[in-house]
Amino acid sequence: MKFIKYILAGTLFGIIMTKSEAVSWYRIQEMFRFQSFHMFGIIGTAVVLGIIAIALIKKFKAKDLDGNPIIFHNKDKAYRKYLFGGTIFGLGWALTGACPGPMFVNLGSGYAGMAVVILGALLGTYLYGVIRDKLPH
Amino acid sequence: MIDYIKQPWPWYFSGSMIVVIMLLLLFFGKSFGFSSNLRTICSITGAGKKVKFFDFKWRDQVWNLLFLLGSILGGFIATNYLSDDKPLQLSAATIADLNQMNIKFDGKLNPDSLFSLEAMKDVKTLAVLLIGGLLVGFGSRYAGGCTSGHAISGLSNLQLPSLIAVIAFFIGGLIMTFLIMPFIF
Repeated sequence: MKFIKYILAGTLFGIIMTKSEAVSWYRIQEMFRFQSFHMFGIIGTAVVLGIIAIALIKKFKAKDLDGNPIIFHNKDKAYRKYLFGGTIFGLGWALTGACPGPMFVNLGSGYAGMAVVILGALLGTYLYGVIRDKLPH
Repeated sequence: MIDYIKQPWPWYFSGSMIVVIMLLLLFFGKSFGFSSNLRTICSITGAGKKVKFFDFKWRDQVWNLLFLLGSILGGFIATNYLSDDKPLQLSAATIADLNQMNIKFDGKLNPDSLFSLEAMKDVKTLAVLLIGGLLVGFGSRYAGGCTSGHAISGLSNLQLPSLIAVIAFFIGGLIMTFLIMPFIF
């Protein structure tokens, strides 16, 4: 169970992302063209319920399965890395219709081209690691 | 019941279920962030010997790789066993816009003209997918997270940096959609 629960959670994630069509290249295009509420509805629902859920976890000091307190890490206080990195991410998200999760979910759905996208994403991650000291953060 | 599941799921149910995933991982003592896996895979392939950024205890991230493995399996199950063959209900306006770029809507999740094995024979398509992936990988690590880490986990925890990141995701997405893609396709 120690490891299987992560595989099961991932499987559920893959099913949800596919059935919600959030992994669809077409849906991402539709979102960036503001031509449907679908994707905004998904992200909006998740954020609103997520805010409520995390507020409740903090209020009641909920514990995880091992009995440890659930801790939330604050993101680094900076803005350039989020602005520049986020914009670069967005360029790729619109072009491939896939953020990191959906790349792998779509691979499971049988889209061979996603293997190329994943290869690109690994190269991009590596490239960041190589030049990160030269970038503004 | 199974016919009901096989329909596309409504946005409010899907959004709620994504929160369930985030909560599951929190109760497992982890946090929901998918793009970290890309760094982990680089590290496993030995990138840590040359680049310090990849020199970390990747064994602590094995749980996330298992989550990744599950997500591939989930895509397979959903597409092959939990889907009807009705075309995706894409808005007519998007279909018309894509037509202008010579991308025909084929009713599937992703266009076969870009993502099928057959499409990989075209060098330009290969280049588009590779460069697109590169931007996603580079950008998500630079921004310290992707849609799951920032838009879901970060915004839920009221993190201002995540809001900046999500706004930037859209800046990049809009630039690509309206200013660059018309010249690519």
